[in-house]
Parts: sequence; C-alpha cells; structure tokens
Amino acid sequence: MPQLNMAQALNRALRDAMTDDPNVVVFGEDVGPYGGVFTVTEGLTAQFGETRCFDSPLAEAGIVGTAVGMAMYGMRPVVEMQFDAFAYPAFEQITSHVAKMRNRTLGKVALPMVIRIPYGGGIGGVEHHGDSSESYYTHTPGLTVVTPGTTEDAYSLLRAAIDSPDPVIFMEPKSRYWARAEFDLGRTDLRKALVRRPGKDVTLIAYGSTVQTALETADAAGEEGWDVEVVDLRTLSPLDEETVCASVRKTGRAVVVHESSMFGGYGAEVVATVSEKCFHWLEAPVLRVGGLDVPYPPKDLEEHQLPHPDRILDTIARLQWEER
Amino acid sequence: MKSIQASRELELPGQEPIQLVDETGAAVGDLPDERVLRDLHRGMVLGRRFDRQATALTKQGRLAVYPSSAGQEACQVGATLALGPQDWLFPTYRDSVALVTRGVPGVEVLTLLRGNWHSGYDPYTYRAGPQCTPLSTNAPHAVGLAHAARLRGDNVAVLVFIGDGATSEGDAHEAFNFAAVFNAPVVFFIQNNQWAISVPLSKQSKAPTLAHKAIGYGMPGHHVDGNDAAAVYQVTKQALDRARAGGGPSIVEGLTYRIDPHTNSDDTSRYRDASDAEPWRAKDPIARFDRLLRTDQDAYAEEAERMAADLRTEMNKDAHVDPDVLFEHVYATIPPRLAAQRQFLRDELTADQGEA
Repeated sequence: MPQLNMAQALNRALRDAMTDDPNVVVFGEDVGPYGGVFTVTEGLTAQFGETRCFDSPLAEAGIVGTAVGMAMYGMRPVVEMQFDAFAYPAFEQITSHVAKMRNRTLGKVALPMVIRIPYGGGIGGVEHHGDSSESYYTHTPGLTVVTPGTTEDAYSLLRAAIDSPDPVIFMEPKSRYWARAEFDLGRTDLRKALVRRPGKDVTLIAYGSTVQTALETADAAGEEGWDVEVVDLRTLSPLDEETVCASVRKTGRAVVVHESSMFGGYGAEVVATVSEKCFHWLEAPVLRVGGLDVPYPPKDLEEHQLPHPDRILDTIARLQWEER
Repeated sequence: MKSIQASRELELPGQEPIQLVDETGAAVGDLPDERVLRDLHRGMVLGRRFDRQATALTKQGRLAVYPSSAGQEACQVGATLALGPQDWLFPTYRDSVALVTRGVPGVEVLTLLRGNWHSGYDPYTYRAGPQCTPLSTNAPHAVGLAHAARLRGDNVAVLVFIGDGATSEGDAHEAFNFAAVFNAPVVFFIQNNQWAISVPLSKQSKAPTLAHKAIGYGMPGHHVDGNDAAAVYQVTKQALDRARAGGGPSIVEGLTYRIDPHTNSDDTSRYRDASDAEPWRAKDPIARFDRLLRTDQDAYAEEAERMAADLRTEMNKDAHVDPDVLFEHVYATIPPRLAAQRQFLRDELTADQGEA
C-alpha cells in the first residue's frame, strides 16, 4: 500500500495507464524531461521515451487541437494545461471541437482524450494562477468534467478518465497536490459521487479542494451538535443526481461548497437540481458557500475568497434550525 | 544556430505564382501525365456542376445556405486528387467540391448546409474530417492526425484546407508551428480567394504572399496559380510525397478568386464592383483545360447532368430527422439527465400529435 501525495498519485496513474496501453501519450508544456511544473509527469519521458511523453510548443489551442487529431487516429492523448487560466486560449478547441466531435459525426468519431487542468487557489499564486474554471466546462454538453477531492481518487479517477471513451476535463485542485495518503491503487467509475462522511442533519456537497474543507467543517460541526454528511461529487458533469438527492432527502438540509465565484457558478446548478427534485424533503433553502463574485484575489487577500470551516458553519447555522 | 541554418536553406516563394498551364491553355512547364490531366478536367467539370446544383437548391429552399466555390475548382480538385487513398483530408465549409472529389456522396456533403445534421459522412470511410466552420480550427486537428500517423510509422500524409482569412487566426499559426516542430507529414493548402466575406486580402495580411509565411516556421512555402489545376496537383503532390518521406510539412498557397458571393445570402455589391471578378473569369480553370486537352467539357456533360439529377432527387426527398438523435451521441452512453430530457421531448411530441 503506497503512501503518495496527489501529484505522485497522478503520476502513478499516468505511468500505469501508459504501461497498460501503448496508445496513451502525454504532452504539453514542460511535461517532458522537466516533469511538469507540479511534477505530475516526472520520469515519464525517461521511462517511455520521447514519443510517448513530450514537450510541445507553448500554445494551448495547438496542444488541444493536436490532441483532437491524435485521438481521431486512435491514440489516447493526455495533455496538460499548465494552469487554469492558461487553458483559456484552448477554449474554442475544447468547446467547439473536443466537446462536439462525437455528436457532430453521429458517434463515428470518438475523442478519448484527457485535458488535465490544475485549478483553484490556496497556494498564494500570482494573478491568473488561481481560477476555478470548472463551470465553463460543465456548461458545455459533451464534456465529462472530473475533479478528485482525495489523493486516492486522484489515482483512480485519472485512470477512469483515460479509459473513458469520451473526452474528460480533469481538474486537479492544486492546493491538494501535496496531500499525502496511504491507499491501494484501485479502480473506479466516472459519474459516481460518494458519501465521504455519513451524517443525518445536513449535507455538505463539495468537490475538489473543498472536500477536505467540508470534512474539517463536519468535525467542527459535531461540537455544535450538527451531524454533517459530506458528499464528494467527483464527476461534476454528468452529475450523479441520485447520490446527491438521496443524501439531501435523508438530511433535509444542504449547502454546496466551492471555491469558484457563485454567480452563474456550478453550485447554482446543484441548488436548482436539489430544489427541484428534493423540495418536499427540504427543511430550509439550499445555500451556497463559494467565492466572492470578484476576480480571483492576490495572495494577501486570498483567505477572504476561499471557503473555510467558519464560513461554512455560519451558513449551516442559517438553515432554519429554530423551526425544527 | 542549427535551425537558423535550416531556415536559410529554404527558398522564398516567388512573387509570380507557379504555373504549368497558362491562361490560354498552353503548357508552360512539365505537366503530369495525360491520365491525371483528364482526371483533373473531369473533376473540375463535375465539381462546378455540383456547385451550380447546390446553389440552385438554396433558391428552392432545399439548402439553408451554400458557400459557392465556383472558380476555385482547380484548388479543390487539384489538391484533393494529389492525395493517396491512405491519406487524410481536413476540409472547411467551402470545400464541398473537394469532398465530392474525394468520393463523398453529394447528399452527405450537403448534410451540414441542409441542416439535417452537423456532418453527414463517416470521416473514417473517406479519410476526410468533418467540414469545419470556425476558421483554421481544423489545422491543428490535421497536424495531430499527421503526428499520430508518423508516431505509428504509417505511410500517411494529411492535407488541410484553410482560406486567406483563416491565416489570421491563432490556430493557423499554432498549427504551422506545431507541424514544423513535430515534423508532421501535413500540407497546409491555403485557398487564397482574396476575400473573407467582405474583407479583402490587403486588410488581412501584409505578407508578400501567404506562402511566405511558411519561411518563418522553417518549412517550404509554394505560391501557385490556384486556377491551374496541373500546377496545384503537381506542387501539392510533391509536398505530400515529401511529407510522407519524413521531409516535414509545407504550405501551398493557391492564388484564386471568389467569383461568387461568400454564400447565397451575401451581397457583393456592398463591398466590391461587379467588374472586379471579370479578370478572374478570363482565368477560368476549366476553360484553360478545355483548350489544353482540346476536349470540350461537354465530354463530361452527361455524367455531370446525371450526378446533378441524382443530387436533386436525393435533396428533394423530405428528410425526417428523428429528434432522439439529439441525445444519442453527446456521450458514449446516455447520462440519466439526457435520458430524462429525451423522454420529455418524446412526451411533448406525442402530446402535440394528440392535439393535432
């Protein structure tokens, strides 16, 4: 049972996928001999050679567009966007081609490819290094959007993403890259949310970096007398509505927790879905704890942007407990 | 230093386009063999008939829109016939004639413009990517496919069409650069028809020719008379052969002219004089081959009319598109939410039928 941090777990997933399938190729900026700015591709060029893991010119649309052509030819490219905001030049390729190719060609051309995007804040990064860009992708039909909240999931979800017949936007919460855990290298399915911690009073719906924040909040909430359930969405799109709704129907209360700005954000979709499908079970409006609706702040002000347990506890407190 | 040296070895394209058959139909260079010349001639005649038929279908309401390529047959037929069966083609929305030349049935070519679906043919059957409407986004796809073929050791080259306007897009630049760096077996064919809807080439680029752009990426650029099918064929074929042999990518610019409006819904009088196209009518690629081969295009008239009649028959059938198809190919397997929406739509349609 290896002890790995999330970057190492992702590295291991790439290594194992490349070993199992010669069609898996990895490329992007600095992913070759250097091993990636977050070390996720470390050692892959040395082990598999420059035809399997290679540096590309510094151009994100070119990286994604080239991966489209390679996938059309039967390869399974796994490409890295160096940071969340650096993926935006590839936006047209992702939304107009990666997402639509299967549909456009009536299923004739599948694009089994993975676009890895380190995302989110919490590392004191400079401007354009802290965006939570997930809702740009979840708003695009045809994309599968996945984000691991735990180190164990980083391995199994990346394996599942590479195996997927559909293109996957794989969003890695960069504040969790160095979180260590000891676990078996297991396999899992996409499109499945998980109850990370059972509870009976309120459901915290989290993903990526906020899974850990939600678990910490749940521990603290016990002291306040609230038994908190934590649901880790894992795959944001398509959403596992069944697991989410089963939890909310049980607890009757829910808070969605994410880093990204709230207006038009991913949480709004979860709230709408839960409100529509669990209305008669709800004891209170479904609330959100998310980022402020401001451009991602500089390091010194970052703490105000990110969800933290106190803010989540304050939000739980607003769930009309007095009427119980 | 090495790459600078390599770039210096590349010759700049000539300001005068490469020509093998001049405007009078006289041979002015080494021609491909006669069988090829006849295939080019036939392909252009059929292509023009297809184009005219498609334009007519817009007037009858059978096609939502059609971007004509009248006058550009030498580029589309010449470059496409230079491909081998194992090669790939990445066309744009204006390259219907190229697709017909590649063997795609006309009705499948026109599916996009008819509005039945976004692409009507199986790309793997014809080794032709779907027609691309966003400009130059097909170029990196071509590079990627070429790179994958090279990694596998397959003897495959890729031809991608883009227009003069598309060379301004970032994806064109990125594709040129990736192709050169990866030494990908791809040929970028720029159909320079000198108009991007209403914007003339002079507002698009200050490059001496668009083929000159190749030099900056470290690949050869060829400036070709785009109304001379023999020159287009020969230069493109050499570039494809070179690519397959490991020589890397090239740019071929075919200098031509968009005789017709951008599409049937465009009005050229808003931005150019009707007389502007006249000099280009005199350079007509088909008339040139009529004279070169001393064969009237009527030699292919019967075949062309049969093709047009078949197309009319197919296009005049009312195509019923089952709305279920909306949901079936978004993902490999239908997620529950889409399954629910499919049921919702079915119920809505059933209720509508009940009311009617």
